[in-house]
Amino acid sequence: MKTLGILLAGLLAIPATADAALPKDQLGSPMWGYVGKQVFGENAVVRFDPRVKVDFPKIAENQRSFPVQVDARAIPNVVRIVIFADMNPIQQSIDFSLANAEPFIATRIKLDQRTPVRGAVQLKDGSWLVSGGWIDAAGGGCSAPPVSRVKGDWAQHLGESRGRLWENAGAARVMLSFRHPMDTGFVDNIPAYYLERMTVTSSGGSAIGTVHMQASVAEDPVLTLMPKIKPGESVSFDGRDTNGIEYAGIVTAATVGAAVQGAGR
Amino acid sequence: MPVAAAAFHYDLKPEVVADGIWVIRGADDAILMGNGGAIANVTILDTKDGAVLVDAGPSLRYGTELTALAKKLTGKPVARVYLTHLHPDHTYGDAAFQPLQIAATPALIAELKSEGPGFSDGMYRLLGDWMRGTELHIPGHVIATPSETIGGRTLRMLALAGHSGADLAIYDEATKTLIAGDLVFHDRAPSTPHADLPRWRTSLDTLKGLGQARVVPGHGPIDLTPHAAIDQTRDWIDWVDTALTDAIQAGLDPVEAGEIAIPPRFAMMKAARYELQRSVSHFYPGLEERSLPLVGKRA
Repeated sequence: MKTLGILLAGLLAIPATADAALPKDQLGSPMWGYVGKQVFGENAVVRFDPRVKVDFPKIAENQRSFPVQVDARAIPNVVRIVIFADMNPIQQSIDFSLANAEPFIATRIKLDQRTPVRGAVQLKDGSWLVSGGWIDAAGGGCSAPPVSRVKGDWAQHLGESRGRLWENAGAARVMLSFRHPMDTGFVDNIPAYYLERMTVTSSGGSAIGTVHMQASVAEDPVLTLMPKIKPGESVSFDGRDTNGIEYAGIVTAATVGAAVQGAGR
Repeated sequence: MPVAAAAFHYDLKPEVVADGIWVIRGADDAILMGNGGAIANVTILDTKDGAVLVDAGPSLRYGTELTALAKKLTGKPVARVYLTHLHPDHTYGDAAFQPLQIAATPALIAELKSEGPGFSDGMYRLLGDWMRGTELHIPGHVIATPSETIGGRTLRMLALAGHSGADLAIYDEATKTLIAGDLVFHDRAPSTPHADLPRWRTSLDTLKGLGQARVVPGHGPIDLTPHAAIDQTRDWIDWVDTALTDAIQAGLDPVEAGEIAIPPRFAMMKAARYELQRSVSHFYPGLEERSLPLVGKRA
C-alpha cells in the first residue's frame, strides 16, 4: 500500500516536473501543439496571460499587410517578444530581443488564411507568457508575389530606409520602414529573400534591441519600437538581408517629416 | 419551401423614392453570409420601353430576383442596367443580363475588364452558395453622351471619379432625383479601397449643384433633402483624411490609428469603425512614405 502510494505520488508529480506540456490552447487552434513546440522549444514553461496585449484590426483588409501590435509593458522582466500566426506556412514573423526598450513592438505580417495571431513574451527566468486572437483572412498573403515584384522596381529600392523618432516624455518611440520585397519562396521562380536582422542602438551606445524577421513579415517591413533613451539622444539602426545587403542609418528627433498633404493619393 | 432554398433567397423589398422610381435598400453592413452580399442600394426606374436599373447587386441570384421584381413593379422587362462603379456589391448581379443590356462609361468598362474578375475569389469565399453561377458580364452598351433617353425618361449621365477611378451618377430630370452611386453614402460610413480623396471632393461639389430634390446614396437610407448626405459623405472623408494625417504625425502605428475615437457627430453612421480600419489599410502606407524622412540608402 505504502509502495503504491509512493508510486502514485511519483506518477502524479510527473506533470509538474518533467512534462512541461503546453497548456490547453485558449484559441482552440489545431496547430497549437506543433507551433508551440517550434516557437518555445521542448520543456518550456508556457502560460496564457492577458497582460500580453496583442492588438490588431477587426478586419484583414489586406492579407499581404496585416498590422499587429504587442504591448507587454504591464509585465516586468520581459527580455524577448515573438509574433506568430499558427496557420501561416511561415508561422513566426518577429523575434525581438530587447535591451533598453519597453516590451513593445508593432509591425505588419502576411496572412495566408484564417488564423490565430499571437504574441508571446519571454521573461528573464526563461518562461513564456502568451496571448492572441483569431483573424479571418482571404488566402494568398504568403503565396502572392510582392507588389514590387509585379511592378519590377524592387531592386532599385533595396536598402532604402525611412524613420522617425518621437521623444515623448518617458515613452520615446521610433518607427522604421525598409524597402524590401520579403520574398517567401512560395512564388514560382522567386527564392526566399528577406530582411532578416535589424539591430537598434542609442547614440549613447546602449543596445536597444535586435529584431529577427522571417519572410512572413509584410513587404517593405515597418517596425515601431519604444526605446529607452535620454533626452536628445538619437537612434541608429543596422541590419542585413539574406543576401548580405546592409541597411543602416540614424534617426534623430529633429528629423521632422516633410509636410504631409493628406491621405488622398 | 425547403430550408436550403429559403436560405439563398434575397426577398427584395422596394421602397418608393419618387414617381416611377423605387430603391431596394442594401443592408448597411459589411458583405456577410447573413446578408448574401446585398449591401448596396439598387434603383429601379419605370419607362415606356421597360425598366431601367441602376446597379445590379452582388450575385446572379440577386440579378435574377431583381429582374422579376422590376417586371412586377413596371409590368415590363428590363430595358437597361447602368453600372455605377467597379465594386462587386454593385456589379456582380449583372450576370443575370445580356452584355448589350448593360451600360457603363468607357472608363468603367476598362476597370471592369482589368479588375472586375479579381473580386470573384473574395466574393465566393465570403458568400459561398449565394454566388452560385455568378460571372461578371462586361457591359456592351458604352455611355457616350451627356444624357440618355429611354422610353421618354431622360437621364443625365455624370461621369465622375473619386470613390473609385470611374464613378457614374445619374440624374433623373423628371423627378429631380439624383442616383449617386457610391460617391454618396448616408448614415453608413464611406468605404475607400479605390478612393482618391481630392477627386472625390470635386465630384461631391459637382453633385451638390444639380438642383436635385432628393438623393439615392449607394449605401444607406434615401436622403429626402438636396444635399445632407452629400455633406455627410464629405465630412467623413475630410475627417478620415485629417485624422489619419494627425495619427501618423503623432507616431501612431496602424493598429492604434484604427482605434482612434470617432467623433460623436458620426454616431449614426453604421460600420464606422469597420470602414475606418479599412481606410487605415488603404491610406497608411502612402502617409508613412510621405511623413517618414529618408534616413538610409544603399551605399
